[in-house]
Formats: sequence, C-alpha cells, structure tokens
Amino acid sequence: MKDQLMQILGEAKEAMTKAENLQGLEQLRIQYLGKKGELTSILKGMGKLSKEERPIIGKVANEVREAIEGGLEELKTALAERELTDRLAKESIDVTMPAKEHKIGNRHPMTKVLDEIKESFIGMGFKIAEGPEVDTVYNNFDALNAPLDHPSRSMSDTFYITDGTDDDLLLRTQTSTVQIRTMKKMTPPIKVISPGRCFRNDELDATHSPMFHQIEGLVIDKNITMADLKGTLDMIAKRLFGSQTQTKFRPHYFPFTEPSAEVDVTCFKCGGSGCRVCKGSGWIEILGCGMVHPNVLAECGIDPEEYSGFAFGMGLDRIAMLKMNIDDIRLFFENDMRFIDQF
Amino acid sequence: MFVPVSWLKQYVDIENIDIKTLEDRLIMSGSNTETVEKLAAGIQKIVVGKCLSRDQHPNADKLLVLKVDVGGEEPLQIVTGAQNVYEGHFIPVALHKSTLADGTVIKKGKLRGEVSQGMFCSLEELGFERKVIQKEYDNGIYLIPGEPTLGEEVVDVLGIKDEVIEFEITPNRPDCLSMIGMARETAATFELDVRMPDLSIQNEVGDVKAFAAIEIEDPDLCPRFAGRVVKDVVIQDSPVWMQMALMKAGMRPVSNIVDITNFVMLEYGQPIHPYDLDTLKGGKLIARRAKNDEILVTLDDQERKLTDDMLVIADGERTVGLAGIMGGAETEITANTKNILIEIANFNKTNIRKTSKDLGLRTEASARFEKGVSPAYCTQVLDRVCHLIEKLGAGTVVGGTIDVYPNQPEEIVIKARPERINGLLGTKLSTEEIMDILKRVYLDVTLEEGLLVCKVPDFRLDLKHEIDLVEEVARIYGYDVIEPTLPQGAEWGAKTNGQIIEDVAKDSLTASGANEIYTYSFVSPRSVDRIGLTEDSHMRRAVMLINPLGEEFSMMRTTLLPNMMEVLARNYKRNVESARAFEIGNIFIPREMPVKNLPIEKKVMALGAYGKEEDFFTVKGMVENLLADLGIQGVSYMREENNPTFHPGRCATLVLGNHILGTMGEVHPRVAAEYEIEDRCYLADIDYNILMQIARMDRYYSALPKYPASTRDIAILVSEKVESAQVMNLVKANGGDILEEVKLFDVYQGKQIQAGFKSMAYALTFRSKERTLTDEEVNKVYDQILEVLKTELKAELR
Repeated sequence: MKDQLMQILGEAKEAMTKAENLQGLEQLRIQYLGKKGELTSILKGMGKLSKEERPIIGKVANEVREAIEGGLEELKTALAERELTDRLAKESIDVTMPAKEHKIGNRHPMTKVLDEIKESFIGMGFKIAEGPEVDTVYNNFDALNAPLDHPSRSMSDTFYITDGTDDDLLLRTQTSTVQIRTMKKMTPPIKVISPGRCFRNDELDATHSPMFHQIEGLVIDKNITMADLKGTLDMIAKRLFGSQTQTKFRPHYFPFTEPSAEVDVTCFKCGGSGCRVCKGSGWIEILGCGMVHPNVLAECGIDPEEYSGFAFGMGLDRIAMLKMNIDDIRLFFENDMRFIDQF
Repeated sequence: MFVPVSWLKQYVDIENIDIKTLEDRLIMSGSNTETVEKLAAGIQKIVVGKCLSRDQHPNADKLLVLKVDVGGEEPLQIVTGAQNVYEGHFIPVALHKSTLADGTVIKKGKLRGEVSQGMFCSLEELGFERKVIQKEYDNGIYLIPGEPTLGEEVVDVLGIKDEVIEFEITPNRPDCLSMIGMARETAATFELDVRMPDLSIQNEVGDVKAFAAIEIEDPDLCPRFAGRVVKDVVIQDSPVWMQMALMKAGMRPVSNIVDITNFVMLEYGQPIHPYDLDTLKGGKLIARRAKNDEILVTLDDQERKLTDDMLVIADGERTVGLAGIMGGAETEITANTKNILIEIANFNKTNIRKTSKDLGLRTEASARFEKGVSPAYCTQVLDRVCHLIEKLGAGTVVGGTIDVYPNQPEEIVIKARPERINGLLGTKLSTEEIMDILKRVYLDVTLEEGLLVCKVPDFRLDLKHEIDLVEEVARIYGYDVIEPTLPQGAEWGAKTNGQIIEDVAKDSLTASGANEIYTYSFVSPRSVDRIGLTEDSHMRRAVMLINPLGEEFSMMRTTLLPNMMEVLARNYKRNVESARAFEIGNIFIPREMPVKNLPIEKKVMALGAYGKEEDFFTVKGMVENLLADLGIQGVSYMREENNPTFHPGRCATLVLGNHILGTMGEVHPRVAAEYEIEDRCYLADIDYNILMQIARMDRYYSALPKYPASTRDIAILVSEKVESAQVMNLVKANGGDILEEVKLFDVYQGKQIQAGFKSMAYALTFRSKERTLTDEEVNKVYDQILEVLKTELKAELR
C-alpha cells in the first residue's frame, strides 16, 4: 500500500508539471484528492490493514496528501500569476489616445481675478459691499468733494440719464459711490471692498471701453493712518502679484482723498528690471488711494475729528489684462467661447 | 507741461543733479512725469555751413547744386531740392556719415550724375515736431541767424542738446503749469533756493497814463486788470535762445513780441495779451459783460454770438476781445504795429470755463484761467515782459503801470495741529520738523501755543484747510519713508449669504459646462424687437441715456436675453461648434416714466446654448442641477405657448408655489433667424433675485438604506396629450411611504401604438426604512397606482 501511495504521489507530481491552466489543476485535484479520487479510494482500503500497519500507512497517506495538496497550491499560485500576467499583457492600451471629454465651463477671466482679489481682502478682514450701476450725481460727484466745474462731470465724460432735476441720475463713473452709500448706512468701524461696473463716455478700442470694472476699498475707524493705508495695500499687492512685489506710493490728487497717492508695483513680469509690460520702467501703476477727505466724512455724517480712514480704487480690467497677458479689453466683452475656455 | 531742464536751471541751481535723480525725486514730491525726452541725443556730424554758390542742376529741373563752406579746406558740393537757401546763408549741413535726430544716417552719393557730399537740414531733421517750427521754416531748410563759426556742431551753436521733462500737473496745482512753479517745486524737493527772473528796466520814457486807460466794470468776473505801454516797437524774429526755449516747451516761435509774451506766460503761468495800441479807440480797455446777441469776430476769424454772462474786453467804442480766451482780429499786433498795450489780467475761472464751453472755444489762455491763476503776479509779469522787450531791443518801455485791483484778497492763514498731522500720517515728526517742511514749501509758519499758524504763499490757490497741510507735510517728508503698519481693528471678513449663493450658482453652471460671459449694461432699443417682444411688453419701458455713445448703447437693459443671443450669434458666426453660456447681471426697471428716481436694479440670470448635443432637455438639466445645488425643490415646468421669444411648443415657465422663477426653452426660429443662427438654440431667463431668496444652503443627512429595495416597471398607454409630470405626480401621490423613486425610462410612439397615443414606461423603486418589503406589500401599492392611472388618465397597461 505504501508503494501504491508513493506511486500516486509520483504520478500526481508528473501530472502537475503538465497542467496548463487553473481548470486543469482543478481536474487534478479531483482526480487525486476528490471524494472519488485515487488517494481517497486507496485510503478506503485502510480498514483492512492491521493495527500495527494502520498508523504507519496513515502517516504516509497524510504525507502524500499534504505533498499533493502543497504541490497543487503552489502550482495554483503560479498559474494564477501567469494568467494575470497574460491578461494584463492583452489589455494594454494606447495611453496617449485622447481623453473622453467632460466639458466644464469657466468663470469669466475677470471673475477669476476678482475672486482672487476678494479672497485676499476677506483674509484681511474686509467685507464685500455692492452698489447700483445707476446712481445720483450727489453720490458720484457732490458727496465726493468733486468741484462743480470738474471736467469729469461733463457730458463728454459721463453718461447721464436725467439732466436738470434736483439730483440728476447718471451711470456711475467710479465705484467710489459705494463709499458714500456705505458711510451713510453704516457706523464705523467700516472695512469693505466694493467691486462693480463703471461707465465713462469713451469710444471702444483696445484699451478703452465705455463699460469697465473697478474695485473700491474703504476703511474707517478711530486712529486709521496713512501708514495703515500703506501697510494694507502693500500686503494686498504681495498677495496678488507675489511675495517679492514692492510698492511705490506716489503723491497724486483726487478730490475725495487727501493726502492722495497713486500706487505702482514692481513689474510682475520682469520683477522690476524693465520689460515691454512695464514699458521699461520696472513699475506698473495699479491703483489710486488716499486718506478719506474730512469733507467727505462730514458729508456722510462721520465726525472727521473722531474717525479717519482710507479709500482706494483699482481698475479690475487692467489688472486682469496685466495678469493674464490679455492685450485687448474688447476680448472681455466679446465673449468668444474659445477665449473664456482658456482660463 | 513740458519743462526743458536748461530753462529750469535759470531759476534753480541743479547743475549737479543728474536727470534720473531729478525725475525720481520730483515724482516722489508730487510732480509726476509722463516722459523725459533727450533732445538731439543721436545727432552726429551736423555742422554749420555757409552757402557760397547756388546753381541749377544740369540734369534736373527741380534740383539745385550748391557749394558750401563748412570750415574745411575745400568747399562741399551738395545737391538739394530745397529752394530757400541762397548765397551767404548759414545752414545746418549733415556731413558724410552723419546721423539725423531720427537716426537716419546720411552718406555722400550722386544725384542725377552730380556728386552730393551731404545734406541740408530742416528743424524737423534736427528733432523738432513740425507743429513747433516757425511757419517760414515749416517746409524748408533752417537758416541759422547771425554769423556762427563754420564747421561747428549745430546742436551746440543752437543749444538744442537738452532734456525735456513732461510733467503731469494735477488739477489742484495750476501754479505748476509754469517754469517758476516747477522751479519752486524743484527747490522745495532738493532744499534749494529759487532765483526769480530779472524785472529791471533801464530806460523808461514818459508816462503810461498819457497813452492808455483801463477800467473794470464787472469786478466779480475780472478781479484785476493791469497794463503797460511800449512805444516804437520793431517786429522781427526773436533771438535763437528764445526760439529754442519756446520750441522745446512745445510752442511755435512767431515774432519777438508774441514770443516774449509766450515766454513769460510759460515762466509765470500768466496769460498775456498785447494789443496794437493805435487800433484801440481812446487808448482804452474796459472789462465788462457782453451784451446779449452781440457779435464778435475772434482772431480765428470766427463770428461769435455772445451773451450777457460772458466777459469781454472793449475799447472806447467796441468789443475787442473775449476776456481771457481770445482777442479780436482788429486790435491784433501785426508787422506794422508801432505801439502796444500789454494786458495782464485775472478772470473768474468758473466764468471762463463756462464761456469757453458755451462757445466751444478753448485756448492756451482759457485753459490756464479755468484752472486758476493767482492774481498776485500781474505787475511782476508786466515788468518781466517789458524787461525782455527792452533787452531784445524790441521797443521802448513807457514809464508807469496801470493796475486796477479793486478787491485785494486777504492773506490765507491756516492753523494746523502737529499731533493731528502725525495722527493722520502715522508718523512721529517733531513740531520743528513739521515747521521746517512747511517752510520748504514757502509757508510762513509760526508756533502759537502749540498751534502752527501758517501763512499761505499767494501762488498756492489750493491750500485752504489743515488737511491740505497734512498733504504738504506727507509729500515733502516722503510717502516712501512713512513706515507701513496695519489697522488695529478686529473686523472679520466674510462673504454675505447672497455672495456665497452667487458662488454656488456659478460653480453649478460651470460644472454643467457653461462659460460665464460679461455683456454691456446698455443695449440698443432695437434689441427688444430682435427677441420678438410684443409692442406692449413691459420690457420696452426702459431707462434711457441722454448722451449715449451711440444708439446701440442707449438703453439700460431690461432683459439679458438680447445680449445672450448676440454672444451666441457671434460665436456661431465664428464657427465655434457649440456654446453654453450664462450671465448674472443687473436689469434696470424704471419706477416711473419719465425717469426721475433711481430705477430698480435687479439681478437676473440668463443661460444660452447651441450645438449638436444640445436640446431642450440638456438645458433643462443645467437648470435642474442649478436648482438642486441651491437647495430648491419642487419646481414645476408649465408649458408656455405665448412667449414670443421662444418656440411655442418647446417652452416652459418654472413655477414654485407663488413664485415664477423664469422661462426656458428653444429659441423661436424667427428670433434665431434675426440673429442669423440657423441651428436650434436655447435660452433660459431666470429670476436670480428670487432664486437667491429661496435658496437653502444648509444640508442634512438622511440615513443610508438598511433594507433591500424592490423594483417594478410600469408601462402604460396614454393619450399623447398627457404630460409626464401628470403621470409622475399621480404615481408619487399614490406611492405611500414606501415609494422611494420614480424614473421615466422610455417614451414610445409609432408602430404598434394607436395614433394619438403614446407608451410611457416608468421604473418604480420601493423601500422601507424599517424592514424588508414583502411582494404583497409592494404589489398592493403598485396595483393602486395602476388603478389611479387608469381612472385619472385613462391609461391602459401595456
């Protein structure tokens, strides 16, 4: 019997070397180890053996079974591995083929830049105020300390809706109107920015549009200083144009702020060494600002002796154009899908 | 304001300051520059020559052959087409391998067989713009006056080499529209002194009162009027130095008297008008209001009809000029003028602006007066003009000055608090430092009980209040040295709910593949016709501009749809295969007609699409995604057949309770054709304002299912008039609490279906939260649903 067992083991090992796939392997398992398998049927004859022989043969039988089982298991792993390898080889694809398209739209490039600017200001404690596009001469000029004969009030500069009533209506030429609205509505501390559409009587060309966008900023509190204005705008410039950015505050004149300044930033294309974007100067003008004029504060019911503040305004279209290498403002308003898709 | 640096040097000692430093520091003290032009920087080898002979070119009618002495051993032969050079003339000669101002290199050569060893130069070739070149040289070679040394560089002889800084003068500083003004700024910036011009006159003859008289009838419009007389005037060209100075500053030389008045105007910023005294009746000038409908012929030969709120200058009999704007033709100085009366006056700036605007006549003088000229310098300016006339030998100055100055303004005194100045600037300047700075800008400052008492110099019309001095201190101390800080307050930043919702809406629409667009707030009134609106549509009631750029930008939009159609059409025309777009923007609704009060501005949203993949339901999908993202549920789509913009069979109104949220659908083929779109296109007009109000941004968890679902399909045959929503609503209403979901998965009309009917197939999912449902439970509900569909919709089970 022992010989028989060893013979089965030999045959099984032999058969295993020939097995080609997992199905063949399963057949072998049934053939040798199954209920009606060869090993099983030999073991059925165990009852006829003597008491002495039974444990010896039993042990051998177990060893043979374990050997076959082990062999089958090993083979199974190897075969599975081989089959997987074959499958993977067959399933190879051309990964350079184009993707399956899932079109996602884009926010308008102006919105994208505006979003970035809003986030920067929100991070510095600003809220966002909104104001109407049609506003009064009072909010757009009078309350902002603009002299009555200031040329910007003329029909050749400003679009009017009425002419000759007590407080004529116009399309706001600047978002500074929101300064007035905010100061009249809120009590300090005030810390807001206000982005929006503005309008000026300019013919449309590559750098002018009768409609454009500004972002106004206003901070009013006790003890606000020009140094605070510098610190705030310097930080914003670094957020928007990179941490290496430097700012230059140049004296300027606006009727509604005093002292007033224009702010240049080091050119974010060349870093200040001079290039086409900054016209060789190394600097790019990005905004106007100043300490809110006491007349403006007083007009809005805020005591200029108790409170002070600063305001600033920047042209969103221009900043978006500079940041995104856009050379024609008309592209913003043509809305060619191939243009918007780029951002 | 163009300032030649050589001219500036007349008043302030800046020899040792290089141009870059000069420019940079002036910018930082408030005088921003536009450009710095280096004159004659590239000119090489253009020398003084003298014409020795002039002969006709043997082979060309229009050319001349000239022999020119340029100080060399041999004279040069030059062929020219210029006709104004004769024997004895001194001219600029560009030698072989010379360079003109614009970089052109001149080489010797042959012209029609004759050797030409160089070229004669015009002032344009020496770097001046034609508009500043004296009329007689406008089209010819410049003839150098005097007896210059032959062979010398012309740029040196004429003094062309220079730097011209163009300053951007802000409206508050009209005093800086002058050389002296800029000299004062330069001196203040570099802590230097200003040298005022020489006013001395050596020889005065007689008394002005014997020749002329001046009166002011309307002192409100003419606060000061002064004059002097010059006799025996000799009109000729002014000297080269003066011509050069004027040209560099952007003015065209004319003749000595005019040039002197322009020169002094540029020096002081004070307009000056010389009259031919012999043409003035009674030798008299009167400043008075014009008579209504009075006609005046101004220097430019235009007839001007005047009104009685305009100020004129009259002589003893008639009106001779428009005060502060333009003189009259009859009293102008000419080549034959013998005696002149020089007018230096001050006029009300608002009145000058108004007159200038009403007549559409703007001149150098009016531009200066309307910005503001100090009345303090009239007599100084007169003396300066007379000094130069005498110096240039242009006439004999008559003794005495007429100066009518009825109401001299009081000196302006500003009291300023040092702590206030530091408090606004965030600086810690000592009182002494502040006083020093204010003195640098010519204020007379004393300290009285801690207060700075500042007397404002008469040329600073802009300094009136304490805050104006804060600015003076800031700019002279230097904006750049103020140490930056951050505000101390504890405000927190955040978006409002509305702003967050707008972000969600934009995210939703872009995720649906739509691009955001920006279109103008003003449109053409025709735009509402183009989208097919009826004559009585409320969207025709609009806010109109009274001075639009053109009709196509004259109406404040009442709907975003025309703009959206234009954008779709533009893309379609440019062969963009497909487009999906949205805009969120304001429309403008008048509160009354005609408009008196601020209109209602309402945020609305438009969607638009065209392309092979698009149909009603893809656009509906965008809308549904949007509503879902905004947490808005239960919106129903009501068939809309009467909206003229849309296809009557493919349009829906979105309704939620009492709210109409908008309209969407396929664009009416007539409207699409109007925009030249030949494919189907789609629009949605959404009342964004309402969406924002009903949006619910909070989200709550509901437990994931624990028990298995049972599904049943139901296919029914109904009249084709039955809408899916009807079926859906009935199914939902009768599904009890175990119906989880209903989905339409097939609609069929055609073979095997009776005409006028359609087959609709729905997949129903049932599930309980508490247990596994039995078939019996599900079947019971299913049967009930079927029963209701049969009775309510006359549906048959297929």
